[in-house]
Amino acid sequence: MKSFWISIKYTVAMCVLLSIGYVVVLRLTAKVVSPNDGEAEVVTLDGRIVGAANVGQTFTDTCYFWGRPSAVGYDGGASGGSNKATTNPEYLEEVEGRIEAFLTAHPYLSREEVPSEIVTASGSGLDPDISPRAAAVQVKRVAENRGLSETTVKNLVDSLTRQPWLGLFGTPKVNVLSLNVALDKMSK
Amino acid sequence: MNTEILGVVLQWVCLVVLCYPLGRYIAKVYKGERTWSDFMAPAERWVYRICGIDPNVDMNWKQFLKALLAVNLFWFLWGMILLVCQGWLPLNPDGNAGQTASQAFNTCISFMANCNLQHYSGETGLSYFTQLYVIMLFQFITAACGMAAMAGIMNALKGKTTKAIGNFWVFMTKSVTRVLMPLALLVGILLIINGTPMSFDGKQTLRTLEGNEQVISQGPAAAIIPIKQLGTNGGGYFGVNSSHPLENPNAFTNMLECWAILIIPMAMVFALGFYLRRKKLAWCIFGVMLFAYTAGIVISVSQEMGGSRQIEAMGIAQDMGSMEGKEVRIGSAASAMWGMTTTVTSNGSVNSMHDSQTPLSGMMQMLNMQINCWFGGVGVGWMNYFSFLIIAVFISGLMVGRTPEFLGKKVEAREMKIATLVVLLHPFVILVGTALSSWLAVYDPELASAWLNNPSFHGLSEMLYEYTSSAANNGSGFEGLTDNTDFWNISTGIVLILSRYFPIVGQVAIAGLLAEKKYIPESAGTLKTDTGTFSLMTFVVIFIVAALSFFPALALGPIADYLTI
Repeated sequence: MKSFWISIKYTVAMCVLLSIGYVVVLRLTAKVVSPNDGEAEVVTLDGRIVGAANVGQTFTDTCYFWGRPSAVGYDGGASGGSNKATTNPEYLEEVEGRIEAFLTAHPYLSREEVPSEIVTASGSGLDPDISPRAAAVQVKRVAENRGLSETTVKNLVDSLTRQPWLGLFGTPKVNVLSLNVALDKMSK
Repeated sequence: MNTEILGVVLQWVCLVVLCYPLGRYIAKVYKGERTWSDFMAPAERWVYRICGIDPNVDMNWKQFLKALLAVNLFWFLWGMILLVCQGWLPLNPDGNAGQTASQAFNTCISFMANCNLQHYSGETGLSYFTQLYVIMLFQFITAACGMAAMAGIMNALKGKTTKAIGNFWVFMTKSVTRVLMPLALLVGILLIINGTPMSFDGKQTLRTLEGNEQVISQGPAAAIIPIKQLGTNGGGYFGVNSSHPLENPNAFTNMLECWAILIIPMAMVFALGFYLRRKKLAWCIFGVMLFAYTAGIVISVSQEMGGSRQIEAMGIAQDMGSMEGKEVRIGSAASAMWGMTTTVTSNGSVNSMHDSQTPLSGMMQMLNMQINCWFGGVGVGWMNYFSFLIIAVFISGLMVGRTPEFLGKKVEAREMKIATLVVLLHPFVILVGTALSSWLAVYDPELASAWLNNPSFHGLSEMLYEYTSSAANNGSGFEGLTDNTDFWNISTGIVLILSRYFPIVGQVAIAGLLAEKKYIPESAGTLKTDTGTFSLMTFVVIFIVAALSFFPALALGPIADYLTI
């Protein structure tokens, strides 16, 4: 019984130390060092907030670069992956459908040029990035629909491509939202 | 060289290089020697005073276990009440409702057992209050509880002949103030700089570029993520854990978080070496564990980077590897690396969907958890290895005709019985659980289709993975499984309790029993436990026990899945 009484007091003491002390220290740190006062960082266009920098969103308009398929329709309130096994026949049919749709939208591409990441769903359903290759295959479509030259759009993609960390570790990537915001700014 | 592979190599090097000094530091902390962290002493004295703990009292192993079990029992009540009532409690800006009784039972047990199996999604299933006062609190203190148990065992093995194994409360408090909290603060600050949210406002609602409404969940995420990794807990702040772009914003944070999973379990092996002054033994154990871990990484990284054969057959480019369920900023190699790291420890956080990884990666993840002692959870992982050591000592003793001894203490029938029970409990609960759920699924196809997200062999893998993860106190899942039902909540809850507390009790008891025995000085007739030969022997014992118990189940699940064309 004595141990149990100590347990109660101990748990409360730990709440003070951790759930209050440690959390307050981090919250105050966030006031100083966080990019957006501890909240999700946002992107603005003409003074209007158009999205969170690190959270992907749906793009279907042909004037925009498209992101990866999402199992939750880019719902930032409820993340999720498809959890489909790559051996599941139903899943493979779904991917086949996406490949065909992508080829219809980009008739200039051959099948082996379609990168797999643009037709497979991300883990979070909120992936903000695509690979440079997945951006490159969309350049021609975006350029045509915006009346821009392919070189202009391609240069924009290149300038927004982020190289691996320190140039050595991880993957290169392009943030879809920042790319599309840059396009909108350019078209003005 | 490929930058994705370089990332994995850097990660591995950072772990191996830094675990040694950290291990030395942890040993000093438990010995009570002077360290740089002595400025925490007033906080510790405050805790002892408030709780009426006398830090100078040494406990015997029975008192030690009594304190451990009492505090865990109280945590269960604490968690249950707060989770069910969270709808009425403060810090709930998104207005999330309380959990149902069966869900709260599962959540509570799973966080108490340091497992962090999650049958809910963080964005909707918890309030900020329960995130901080149940989830985060438990992530600190249950990890500290495991570390305290290991400190007790180390203390028992150090003494020549003793009844006292140290003070549970002191070991636990120091684990929090000297190890977990300082490291968590460091990781937390780095995450905040990289854009992980740390605020108390509710969801942000905004209009996207194409004019749709989007809500963005946020909150005090940067407080929970560091300890979820460091304490080998694994329960994510957001539903999809570290694949969420706010929880894990870029390649650097991915590396940092993955490092944080394994650094303490690795350091614990060296802490043992320094504590017992048997560095050679620590190197031997470390060698076996590192070999198994690295072998898993090589297999899984090559599988994921190689991509899926079925997708390959569709004739599209798979340069990035198998990308279903993975994030572009992380990539397939780092996802595979994380999958191995999170399953060799009892962590269970994920940065990609394990359900969607290729079959052999899934098998390696399960195998790591079924063996459950390559580094393992903070504290308890080494303790599982300890059970196998006892068995290996006994078997090799019989083989070469020497009295089985470990660290100068004779291993006798009583210790052997406990060690064997502990070792066999693990396959027993996993296989019985999977058999039961498969039997139910076969006799009621409606149930099968309600539970499983994938058909055939992969469906069996989903169930096998769930019980494996529960029994290993891991908490990751093949998340396609619809697991928030009474059957899964309760059955995995029972597995969790059995496989957390039986091994801890058994292992502390073995150590306590050994401690009381007469110390026999080493002689020519002693079986040496810090040699390459004995390390190999231990590896073989572990591998045979796991392979023999689990091979049939793995053959029907991931292996059959792999062979399907």
